Amino acid sequence: MEAQFAIAGKDFVVSVTDKNVVHSIVKMKHTQDKTWQLLPMTLMSVCGEPGDTDSYAEYIQGNAKLYSVRNARDLSVGETANFIRGELARALRSRNPFQVNLLVAGYDKEKKEAALYWIDYLAAMAKVPYGAHGYCSYFLYSVMDREYTEDITLEQALDIVKKCIAVIKTRFMIDLPDFTIKIIDQNGTREIEQSDL
Amino acid sequence: MARRYDSRTTIFSPEGRLYQVEYAMEAISHAGTVIGVLSKDGIVLAAERQATSKLLEQEIGSEKIYEMNDNVVAGVAGLTADANILINQSRLIAQRYLMTYDSPIPVEQLVRQLCDLKQGYTQFGGLRPFGVSFLCAGWDQKFGFQLYQSDPAGNYSSWKAACIGENFTNAQSILKQEYKDDDAAEGVDGAATQMSLDDALQLACKVLSKTIDTAKLTSEKLEFATLTLKDGRPSISIYSSAEIDALLEKNEAVIKPADN
Repeated sequence: MEAQFAIAGKDFVVSVTDKNVVHSIVKMKHTQDKTWQLLPMTLMSVCGEPGDTDSYAEYIQGNAKLYSVRNARDLSVGETANFIRGELARALRSRNPFQVNLLVAGYDKEKKEAALYWIDYLAAMAKVPYGAHGYCSYFLYSVMDREYTEDITLEQALDIVKKCIAVIKTRFMIDLPDFTIKIIDQNGTREIEQSDL
Repeated sequence: MARRYDSRTTIFSPEGRLYQVEYAMEAISHAGTVIGVLSKDGIVLAAERQATSKLLEQEIGSEKIYEMNDNVVAGVAGLTADANILINQSRLIAQRYLMTYDSPIPVEQLVRQLCDLKQGYTQFGGLRPFGVSFLCAGWDQKFGFQLYQSDPAGNYSSWKAACIGENFTNAQSILKQEYKDDDAAEGVDGAATQMSLDDALQLACKVLSKTIDTAKLTSEKLEFATLTLKDGRPSISIYSSAEIDALLEKNEAVIKPADN
């Protein structure tokens, strides 16, 4: 029942995640940031089984940073996503798999382009221009399919985000009052408020 | 007395030395020479085969130069059988990295992991160290062309031109004299030298002709390989006998005995 989606342009990615923490029928919190800054230019948004999300994201974040320290070099977005998928696939075939859906967004300095990877809890991975997980994806893909163009600008992408959030508010059964909206580009990551859209 | 500390690899002698490791390095300094030369558009590896016979099949397989990965090629000096184990390991390490990250392994990481393996045999008891030194020529996105030398103790270092095996001190000093190292060029496109690949091939021929104890250089006694970039991707070419003969002919001027 969480909302998680992202839109990638040539040199930026916008990542949007809801802020709800739900247990049974009770909303425990409505200010949770579900994104993890893995590296200065790589951001991962994580939804799924509470607990699994945190332990998996911490594990990945730790390993991404360990690689940087050991090798005096940061992993690229593609390399990070591949590592994340591999670890998820390994855990999936063990006694304790992680039930987490992920979107890995980042800017690749060497290729000079932004990249977005869609990874689900069965460790399927795809490099996508835009992606969403969960029930919300049923609404959001139609909006993004219609509005997305290649060579999209940041303003256009934020406009799509605005329309996506509008659809969620009108059609989705669950109330999602607020969203974490983050922009990743060559300068790193910055957060904007829903009201700034 | 020294003998007491010879038989076990992992025991220091009273002078603080590891004899077995030093003997392994001694063994390498009798092995066929391997030379590596860095240029601005590629790396040259050249190796000397010591045991040759008319009956040996020359065309099948190279004996001293091996591909470790799409972006790394290595020349070995020392025990070939030991080297085979390490070459196999290096290929495994490179493929494992490719599987995990879906990108080619950075050269230094491959060399380091291989050297970690070699180091293990100088510390954990019961087995002898690998009697092998490598010259690894590689290319990666961050550092471009790189040339690494490693020894049985597990040390490795990066060079612009290097030599291992028989007569390596001589070869090293010739390389030092002849290598065109342009300091002004340092930092430009990451290249530390003005030498072209042809210059590097010529230098390798020259050094081999002066270090190898033979009247005439022939393809029977030599192996050559280059690592260059083609369309932004690393490309390894291991020379055939015919190509080596053509190369030697082209560089005849520098390898004539009169030049000595």
